[in-house]
Amino acid sequence: MMNLNILVAIPILTAFGLIAVKGLSRTRIVAFTGACIQLILSVFLFFAYQAEQHKGNTDQYVFTQQYDWFPTLGIHYQVGVDGISVAMILLTAFVVLAGVLVSWKQEKWSKEFFLLLTLLSAGAYGYFIATDLFTLFFFLEVAVIPKFLLIGIWGSGKKEYAAMKLALMLMGGSALVFVGLIGTYFWGGYSFDMQAADTIQMPVDKQMIFFPFLFAGFGIFTAMFPFHTWVPDGHSSAPTAASMFLAGISMKLGGYGCLRAAVFLMPEAAHAYQGAIITVAAIAIIYGAFATLMQTDLKYINAYSSVSHCGFVLLGIGMLNETAINGAVLQMVSHGLMTALFFAAIGMVYERTHTRMVKDISGMLKATPFIGTVFILAGLCSLGLPGMSGFVAEMTVFMGGWQAGDALYQFATILACASIVVTAVYILRAAGKTMMGPILHSEYSLFKDAGWNERGAAFLLLAGIFIMGLAPFVLTNIIYPGTADMMQRITEGSISTFELLK
Amino acid sequence: MNAFDLSIWIPILPFAGFLLIGLIGKKYFPSISGWLATLFMGVAAALSIYVAIDYFFLSAPSDGHYIAQEIINIPWLQFTDSLSINMGVMLDPISVMMLVVVTFVSLMVHLYSTGYMHGEKRYATFFAYLQLFTFSMLGLVLSSNLFQIYIFWELVGVSSFLLIGFYFDKPSAVAASKKAFIVTRFADLFFLIGILIVGVTGDSFDFNTIIINLTSPEGAGKLSATFLGVSIITWALTLIFIGGAGKSAMFPLHIWLPDAMEGPTPVSALIHAATMVVAGVYLVARLFPVFILTGSGAIEIVAYIGIFSALFAAVIACTQTDIKRVLAYSTMSQIGYMMFALGVSNMHHTDGFTASMFHLFTHAFFKSLLFLGAGVVIHAVHSNDMRDMGALRKYLPVTHLTFLIGCLAIAGVPPFAGFFSKESILHAAYATHPDIFYLALITSGLTAFYMFRLYFSIFWGQKEIHLHHFHGEAGWSMKLPLIMLGTLSVITGFVPFAEYITADGIPHLAETDIMFSIAPVLMGLTGIGIAMIMYKSANALPDRVASAGKSVYRWAYHKFYIDELYIFITKKVIFNLIGRPAAWIDRTIVDGTMNLIALMTTEISDSVKGMQSGKVQGYAMYFFAGVIGLGLLCLYIWL
Repeated sequence: MMNLNILVAIPILTAFGLIAVKGLSRTRIVAFTGACIQLILSVFLFFAYQAEQHKGNTDQYVFTQQYDWFPTLGIHYQVGVDGISVAMILLTAFVVLAGVLVSWKQEKWSKEFFLLLTLLSAGAYGYFIATDLFTLFFFLEVAVIPKFLLIGIWGSGKKEYAAMKLALMLMGGSALVFVGLIGTYFWGGYSFDMQAADTIQMPVDKQMIFFPFLFAGFGIFTAMFPFHTWVPDGHSSAPTAASMFLAGISMKLGGYGCLRAAVFLMPEAAHAYQGAIITVAAIAIIYGAFATLMQTDLKYINAYSSVSHCGFVLLGIGMLNETAINGAVLQMVSHGLMTALFFAAIGMVYERTHTRMVKDISGMLKATPFIGTVFILAGLCSLGLPGMSGFVAEMTVFMGGWQAGDALYQFATILACASIVVTAVYILRAAGKTMMGPILHSEYSLFKDAGWNERGAAFLLLAGIFIMGLAPFVLTNIIYPGTADMMQRITEGSISTFELLK
Repeated sequence: MNAFDLSIWIPILPFAGFLLIGLIGKKYFPSISGWLATLFMGVAAALSIYVAIDYFFLSAPSDGHYIAQEIINIPWLQFTDSLSINMGVMLDPISVMMLVVVTFVSLMVHLYSTGYMHGEKRYATFFAYLQLFTFSMLGLVLSSNLFQIYIFWELVGVSSFLLIGFYFDKPSAVAASKKAFIVTRFADLFFLIGILIVGVTGDSFDFNTIIINLTSPEGAGKLSATFLGVSIITWALTLIFIGGAGKSAMFPLHIWLPDAMEGPTPVSALIHAATMVVAGVYLVARLFPVFILTGSGAIEIVAYIGIFSALFAAVIACTQTDIKRVLAYSTMSQIGYMMFALGVSNMHHTDGFTASMFHLFTHAFFKSLLFLGAGVVIHAVHSNDMRDMGALRKYLPVTHLTFLIGCLAIAGVPPFAGFFSKESILHAAYATHPDIFYLALITSGLTAFYMFRLYFSIFWGQKEIHLHHFHGEAGWSMKLPLIMLGTLSVITGFVPFAEYITADGIPHLAETDIMFSIAPVLMGLTGIGIAMIMYKSANALPDRVASAGKSVYRWAYHKFYIDELYIFITKKVIFNLIGRPAAWIDRTIVDGTMNLIALMTTEISDSVKGMQSGKVQGYAMYFFAGVIGLGLLCLYIWL
């Protein structure tokens, strides 16, 4: 048995600890300790969840707890996890610890920096354990505001513009989500409880109204076309750790919400809007990939490629079959690890060369072998090399997409397959120019290769990538039961939509 | 533990070697890592030969029918209840044959590299990559299902990327490695789509199950679906063949192979002669029953792409001056032979299958021999260009002799290995596709010509060569592989291949037809004769021939401008017409709309913020205006 509230309590305690101490050397120790404890707890949760499964517990959510929050409106603080949430929590723990490690030398206002980072993580953990829509929404908001400050204060380039753009678009997304939640509240039995959704069904006509709000609102978080433009600006202006968090975890909040709230609560509407979701996702995938081809800044390259890769998440969800949804969840985890590693590597390069422009960097692999290797490995994962996480996730999405049978969906799947070739082109162009090639000038020989903290961050994320890539069953063992529980309701949705159309 | 169970260790050994050398050896024992890797390969090769002997001779089934045996097959990634990616080891005649070829050639290349790469700064890394490559190739060969082949297919691609770009501070090597990876990746896209179609249609990825599901009468029903008037299985097989054509450098996806010669020469011998480039042939051979029994037109595509590539590459090879590029085009040409040998088969004539595998087997030895010999030459002369060479037979006697054996073998001169395999291919083609047979005959003449052009330019001629820092011919670690491969290039032709490897697993006696062999041998000898006249001693004949057929020569010399065409399509068309507009639309239209909304919000609030003036008179006015307005509204509604 595990008390899930600890997962939120530890970051908050860490935050208090950070307020109490002074100086970079102390704050980073506190932040590091907090992140380490979270990682240990997440791994423990992973095993505890599996133990619960072995015991034959067939509940959709385990380790549930419920407290009255605002009983007159039926609002509860309610938590619980299924396999999908456990996977996301593990991802969060990996990325946060890696983020703390790469910010080890954060001289400027270190206390505030780590404080905001820790708050962000508290929001993410709370979000992933919430089983009440209001609790979910509350934590979603917690995970938005600190980003504005992180980019606005510690960012680079057009940071004020980027911070404002990101905050406004995400807030807009939250507003849409809120409208959707109100709809589910009033027509879903005056309850925010996601577990109760099994028994209460929203009328289909109301679903048709509120589904787009909920889906698009969460979609903005996960860079759904055409609401993805905050991604390139936001990512490229953010400091390294914030970029890692933003792309690694924040964008997953959206995908998770689309699946957990929008599709699960309104399956009939999801089936009705299926064509639109798939179209938008396919556009994001291929258009994002081609837009990446033309980028000249390493961070822009990774940001646009995130748009393309997150399209796989929406594509998988949109296919509405078990294989594809499993693929979407795998892709969320995979992309989170991989993109965090990529941003970490870009941060390491930037710290040394003080530029992120592809044309101004060359020969890093020779000057700093470790960083070069990490960058290339991140790239290989991004282009879906077997043995690394990206392959497992993408293949599952493709397989699910192809199974969906419909010609339009198969065409979208082929477009998604085609994007992996474009990915190979932009990754190799970037890696070939910046990492390989001759050393640009003599200054490069003075570069120090990655320090222990940078190595630690890289090893941590690489470990996740390789475990998932070499032994996918470690993760699928927990994700598949989670999806299977949701599938029953989603499949029922298709039957009733069919009847409705008749 | 019997021999078959031991086969699992064959791919594991090089993988262990890769991890050991790559993670630890690079730092702590770089100098012995070459020998360590060679030792690992030696054990793997010994195991492979043991498995092969056991498979073909000791445990040969009583009815003489070789069957596929799955030694291990565990689910790795489950998609649905029936579809999953499994990791398995399957032994059947062709996989066992490939095991021997891959491990043996790899062992020779490892041994050779201990000498060739001596003194290289990243010596240990090189061996780690070699081990990774060998592991991937062995995994590919032993795959029990289509998706597993795809996984190792990609790993082969990436390890070849690492090896071609081994000298990564050389821009040309980086460009070549990128090109190889991207071109094969592009082809793999089709392969992947083909796998999806076959997997969903055949409801399995497992080779044996697919063959049963798709060729049984019940399976035929599933295949009735068509797309654009062509049956779905023809689409799938064609797509899979495109994947194979990419790896095997078939026209028009061959452009990466000549550039891949930027890699160290032992790499060219291993990857671009004996192993990776035959993966496409192996793939078609794996799915051979599906190609044949579903009666799809895909097999015809295999045949014509194969013969065209063979001829096309042979013409180009006649004009190239970089010795490794000549060998690269000759590889493409020989793989074209293997492809069309498969392609000329039909339900009643499956000799082509045996012939193709036979040629794959012999070619692996004599082509890696030629590459390794070229490596010694390049080491001695410090140049890749045959115009810088000549009269080297005095300095490099062992290389000279073994290189000559390789040339005779590839030219199809009896009794060298290439003669037998090429003859069986021509025989198979003659039975079903006479047009292909005649083209193949011309190609074999061209092959003899360009190989002996190469041979005479390197080892004969009177040109005075200044050998810089020449320390005598290579050490024994480089000579031994040459001698061993040379020996094999002589004797492997006598292997009665049809008794072991046939399309249906039932051995039959090889037929030889001496009368039939006359034409191919004459073609070969003619080619050799012309090359001798033109290149044995320096004369003006080659230039005169070149200027006589000037336009043809120029087109062939520039490889028919295929590279330029690709560059035009990618750089000009895709980048300018798709990439640039996509990026522009994103920044101006999509993002512009977002900014416009923000701007409008600011503008509107700017224009109404004047109302918050703080002046009581103003507020009083708004108040009364509001009251009057509301009053009028009420009046309007009620009246």
